[in-house]
Amino acid sequence: MMRQLFAATHKDLLLSWRSRAQASAVVIFGATTLLLFSFAVGPNSAALRQNAGGFLWVALLLSSTLALAESYRAEIEQRALEGLLLLPASPRALYYGKALANWLQLLLVGIGLVPVMIVLYDPGSSNLLPLVGVLALGTAGLSAPGTLYAAMASQARAQQVLLPLLLFPLVVPVLLAAVKASSLLLLGDPMGQAGSWVLLLAAFNGVFWPLCGLLFGQVVEE
Amino acid sequence: MNESHPAVEALGLCRRYGRSWALIDVDLAVPRGRSLLVAGRNGSGKSTLFRVLAGALKPDRGTYRICGHDGIAARQEARAAVGLLGHYSNTWDALSALQNLQVTARFAGKPAGRRDLMPLLEEVGLAERADSPITSFSAGMRKRIAFARVLLQAPRVVLLDEPYGQLDPPGFAFVDALVPRLTAQGCTVLMASHMLEKGAELCDEGLALERGRVIFRGAARDLPAAFAAHHAPVRRVGVAG
Repeated sequence: MMRQLFAATHKDLLLSWRSRAQASAVVIFGATTLLLFSFAVGPNSAALRQNAGGFLWVALLLSSTLALAESYRAEIEQRALEGLLLLPASPRALYYGKALANWLQLLLVGIGLVPVMIVLYDPGSSNLLPLVGVLALGTAGLSAPGTLYAAMASQARAQQVLLPLLLFPLVVPVLLAAVKASSLLLLGDPMGQAGSWVLLLAAFNGVFWPLCGLLFGQVVEE
Repeated sequence: MNESHPAVEALGLCRRYGRSWALIDVDLAVPRGRSLLVAGRNGSGKSTLFRVLAGALKPDRGTYRICGHDGIAARQEARAAVGLLGHYSNTWDALSALQNLQVTARFAGKPAGRRDLMPLLEEVGLAERADSPITSFSAGMRKRIAFARVLLQAPRVVLLDEPYGQLDPPGFAFVDALVPRLTAQGCTVLMASHMLEKGAELCDEGLALERGRVIFRGAARDLPAAFAAHHAPVRRVGVAG
């Protein structure tokens, strides 16, 4: 299992690296979304600053659907995933390999969007390190169910529509906790509330990483 | 492997897609080290049969065993004994030929170094393109990398679904040499092909399917004639007056 997990992670990181131009496009898409929010709100700098955390996570959530769907395109074209399952490779190893690679990719997208957010919304640049921690937990929360649902959606014709429909309702707790924690870190947390939101993110990950690993075999196997 | 079992054994295999039955009560038994030519028109169920035996599809009814392992109850063990060359190359287009084999080797627990895998790429005629991404490959070259992938697994049962498809004449010669070599090594080979004369020369036994049912079972050398007789065009004779 561990050998196959390393093999799967290595394979997915290699695929991400080989298709890094598409990953860059995902970051640009997220940055464009942040820019559009600033146009939508207008020159109200207080409102922009106040909602900076929310805008960051909505941009990241929208970008994540592109990245997650893309992560299965290479597996489906020549039925590479099926080829691995027939070796036979452990579905759980395949899931965790891809989920880890997706997590890393989403985290990098998130880190790439932070400077854009700071420039556009000016929420201050203190607490950046804890913010990266929240990004790590939040993107892990998007990656775990996102990798499972992207596998499901990849087998459907309307995958671009299906993935957000499946994923968005499930990750509402992640979005809520990540927005709250990020906003508190950016705007100040006099009551020390950020910790409880971080705990919620950790709990979500604690439930969904094992659960999705168990369910993946049911999704990809006939 | 239990030597008393046939390498591939199927009993009453049925498989359907929606309401349409692709396989109906297919029985077969192929001993270790023997080869079977599977013939049939397009849509007769050859690929479905191979995909069921490889563990890619579950049969709706019936049972099958690969090297003594029940294909349903011991699916992973049965899968481990089979290598399927299907209609897809099971590769990642963004990776090079060598990287594709390295990924397969790592999962299969085989040595994955360049030096370990280059002989395999040489064997399938892709050594010079080892570092080229698959996306730049022609259909025939993709087929060759699929062959390399199957050979890398070193399975005890090899399923070749249309092995000549997309290949050039040297590729035909490669397949012609491969089948006897594999059976001589003790592998069991099942080959689905429309090239019946060629297949009959290579294989020991023959099986023909029509709309999912077995219509011929016997020696491979008798298959082309039996198949031609079954599919002889029916002439309509006009009645004058």
